[in-house]
Amino acid sequence: MKHVKTLNTRKLQNTVKKGGCGECQTSCQSACKTSCTVGNQSCENK
Amino acid sequence: MVHQYKNNGYNIVLDVNSGAVHVVDDVTYEVISLFESGTREEITERLKETYSETEIAESYGEIQELVANGELFTEDEYQDYIEQFQTRPTVVKALCLHIAHDCNLKCRYCFAEEGEYHGKRALMSFETGKAALDFLIANSGNRRNLEVDFFGGEPLMNFDVVKKLVSYGREQEKIHNKKFRFTLTTNGVLLDDEAMEFANQEMANVVLSIDGRKEVHDRMRPFPKGAGSYDLIVPKFQKLADSRNQERYYVRGTFTRYNPDFSQDVLHLADLGFKQISVEPVVAQPEDDYALREEDLPGLFEEYDRLAVELIRRRREGKDFNFFHFMIDLEGGPCVAKRLSGCGSGTEYLAVTPWGDFYPCHQFVGNEAFLMGNVKDGIWNEKLQNEFKSCNVYAKEKCRDCFARFYCSGGCAANSYNFHGSITDAYDLGCRLQKKRIECAIMIQAALAEES
Repeated sequence: MKHVKTLNTRKLQNTVKKGGCGECQTSCQSACKTSCTVGNQSCENK
Repeated sequence: MVHQYKNNGYNIVLDVNSGAVHVVDDVTYEVISLFESGTREEITERLKETYSETEIAESYGEIQELVANGELFTEDEYQDYIEQFQTRPTVVKALCLHIAHDCNLKCRYCFAEEGEYHGKRALMSFETGKAALDFLIANSGNRRNLEVDFFGGEPLMNFDVVKKLVSYGREQEKIHNKKFRFTLTTNGVLLDDEAMEFANQEMANVVLSIDGRKEVHDRMRPFPKGAGSYDLIVPKFQKLADSRNQERYYVRGTFTRYNPDFSQDVLHLADLGFKQISVEPVVAQPEDDYALREEDLPGLFEEYDRLAVELIRRRREGKDFNFFHFMIDLEGGPCVAKRLSGCGSGTEYLAVTPWGDFYPCHQFVGNEAFLMGNVKDGIWNEKLQNEFKSCNVYAKEKCRDCFARFYCSGGCAANSYNFHGSITDAYDLGCRLQKKRIECAIMIQAALAEES
């Protein structure tokens, strides 16, 4: 594309079928404890 | 839903429901902003004085292509999915063990009230901790990775019990085919060579509390008699971070109204050699002198912008560091189920007091209305558990139209409760800072993508 650069190929819609295994880290166990940082966590079921 | 913004010279378009991030030129940025409200002809008419008709047509065509590919103007079709997902049987996978309700510092902003959590000083016994680990294993269903954070107060004030519990956990994980990920959050006062060696052997992550510059740190994190703790802890934290190869740890600070130029504290920590840094806004009641206020926000936004630009600059020079709140994995982040169902407090994540009582998370400890059960009897407050179970982004009016809902999962339930008396509201000031951080995090990805 000439006018658009898309940074990612993975679509959230595609995680509906395979997602939800629950093995990824709980956000407050990482480095926050006073906010909610779910988006920072990594998927463990790629 | 689309969220578009300009930052650091980049025109960024986030398609909220697919998670797609597009960096676009000026004409496309404008066409996207008009796309849903006008026809192609109307948009062309409106923009033709600024851009050529060919440019507008090309841009319009690319936008149509993105729409057809499910990468722009996608719908939120997840509500039923999340509600079904949350009716699954509850399993517990993470515990915050309050191994010591006692502390050797007297931090001014401590939500644990210098470690006491509105109660008396106490240390968790091995028996109580063991019962908590047994409860976790028994209630974890088919989850393999189990997380246990040794928290306080200051957990190293009860180090012997920490060691015994880790040893017990290692024995039990083999029997039950589980994997314990232990973590430790410490202020560093009692961190010695033995504790470091133990942490390096057993702790999947270590959170080291330090706020930044000496004067900033010492103002908020003094010893009970008033002396600052910076000089004592910095060399120890540096030694520990190096001995872990600068991985699997965070130096973690809090900024307050007393250091509105907090980017300098983050950079100070980077200059001390730390590579994994998290510095968060304080959460405090408005009457606290150090609480952040609405009028502080424009300056704080500028600080995040400044930090983002500096982080990019240092990365280019090979002197990079991770800032926790700018971490975003556009390709491998969490699935929709994780993103929309919340942090897990009160369901898969529980806090355990030194007496073995369960609370939805560490921030609710001490508030009797949130007592959920205990390590001997399990969860008996099912009404409360169900309340937390149904606390997803769709249960929160403020989150429905917010672009950030796929990143913060509706925010922190404790903050919502503390400011509004309900876990399904949102802590507004925190939300605004969170949104700014997400915008910066995505901009950094745009800048890095340009280089590659």
